[in-house]
Amino acid sequence: MVQRQLTGSRIRERRVDLGIRQTDLANAVGISASYLNLIEHNRRRIAGKLLNDLARAMQVDPSALTEGAETALLDQLRASAARDRAAGAEVSRTEDFAGRFIGWASLVVRQDKRIDELEARVKVLTDRLAHDPQLATSLHEVISSVTSIRSAASILVSDDDIDRDWERRFHRNIYEDSQRLAEASRALVSYLDAPSEEGTASLSPQEELETYLDAQGFHLPYLEGDGAPQRAPMLRSKAASALLSDYRTRYLADAETMPLKEFSAAAIEVGHDPALLAGRFGVPLAAAMRRLATLPSESGHPAFGLVICDAAGAITLQRQVSGFGLPRAAAACPLWPLFRAFSQPMQPIRRDVQLPVESGGRFRCYAIASPAGAASFDAPATMEAVMLVRSVTPSGGPADPVGTSCRICPRSGCRARREPSILNEDAV
Amino acid sequence: MAKRVLVIEDEPNIIEAISFILSRDGWTVHTHSDGETANERITATPPDLIILDVMLPGKSGFDILRDLRESPQTTDLPVLMLTARGQTRDREMAERLGVTQFMTKPFSNAEVLESVRALVRD
Repeated sequence: MVQRQLTGSRIRERRVDLGIRQTDLANAVGISASYLNLIEHNRRRIAGKLLNDLARAMQVDPSALTEGAETALLDQLRASAARDRAAGAEVSRTEDFAGRFIGWASLVVRQDKRIDELEARVKVLTDRLAHDPQLATSLHEVISSVTSIRSAASILVSDDDIDRDWERRFHRNIYEDSQRLAEASRALVSYLDAPSEEGTASLSPQEELETYLDAQGFHLPYLEGDGAPQRAPMLRSKAASALLSDYRTRYLADAETMPLKEFSAAAIEVGHDPALLAGRFGVPLAAAMRRLATLPSESGHPAFGLVICDAAGAITLQRQVSGFGLPRAAAACPLWPLFRAFSQPMQPIRRDVQLPVESGGRFRCYAIASPAGAASFDAPATMEAVMLVRSVTPSGGPADPVGTSCRICPRSGCRARREPSILNEDAV
Repeated sequence: MAKRVLVIEDEPNIIEAISFILSRDGWTVHTHSDGETANERITATPPDLIILDVMLPGKSGFDILRDLRESPQTTDLPVLMLTARGQTRDREMAERLGVTQFMTKPFSNAEVLESVRALVRD
């Protein structure tokens, strides 16, 4: 049985992480070290009282040793196999593989996830370059100036009998355009040559914040628990630090109303259904969705993506997960439930969506649009939409077709298309 | 009677240079800088040829071209499109919309003159 084998490995990992000797742990739960060794190497079943004792001795919830991780690992392995069917992975023997070679299985999953992240990043960066308004403006300015200079200089060189007034005028034009060209070139160079330490120099404040949060898995342990929360660290830019401060405030409020331990257990119990969790903790649905996206994935929770946007469609916060990410600089595909939520404020939306990829690319999305901030009689409500995203295994069930953004979406005949695709010339 | 060319472009120095070389070649040159009102201007006094920039304030050259081709009055009007965006997809977009000729900036004066002469024949 795969489950007991993997549970043993998790017990061993936890013990090693805590720095407890095998003999000490065995003594603490009243078994021999050799028996514990067999358990840790997945050669003995473990359940019931002994499992609970071991979990208590290692200060961890028993479910964290037995549930979720195995399922997640197997799901991820199957997803990896589905991504490249041509490789011919023996999908029917996934459990056997994971059970016998847990390290190799984890490596496959980690590398697959890394490939996904890199591919998503390349897509986003490519899209950003194509749409970046600053880059487009600088290039347009350079080319316009060069065109004007070339044309005027050509007239002065090739027209011998040019009128004095015209001559002066073109000289002045060349001078003005050379000034413009110098300015535009400087702007372009400084844009492209920005310092690159930590890879965040040319990021927007939102992206800088998300880079930081992503490194923490969007889970901030220093804001959990009963102790006084530490101050948020300073990020490179003041703007990003201010955004982190706002994020910290909201995170603290969510952590207070949905304490980590209780919420984590409840999430597993209800299959991570955000509506059930919102009801159980008496919080708005959007808050439960935010909280789900901050759960530590090593505790057996699936990786949740999260996107928050304002009523103009501008993405204010995003947690990307394997295979999922919406462009920030370019306009995203309007078919995502995130944007549809604005047409039905306060109405929860749950939809499965499908990206135009050869394998995988199916997600279950939960979205809701609701007022952000306190209500006022003197000002219109400021709305924001929140969407929680979870990867699901493609099945024969219905799923709404979506894309990332029109420019990199190969779908043909899409009623929401705004511009031609660079991936499919027929996609209009 | 001199043939009329309408230059729709928002860069004043480019307008001046094109106007100069075409005028010296015997063309009557009119200019317009606003994309939003360009189609009205064309409909009011249709020229023999339009030199059309892509990036214009108010309305893009692509949209202006699309409207021209949808109107029976201007559906066959020669349009020379100038753009700083010379990517293949922009050229293809222009061709799909019915451009007569597509030219990328920075162009040479001789190229512009040659194209105008070729597109408007007596």
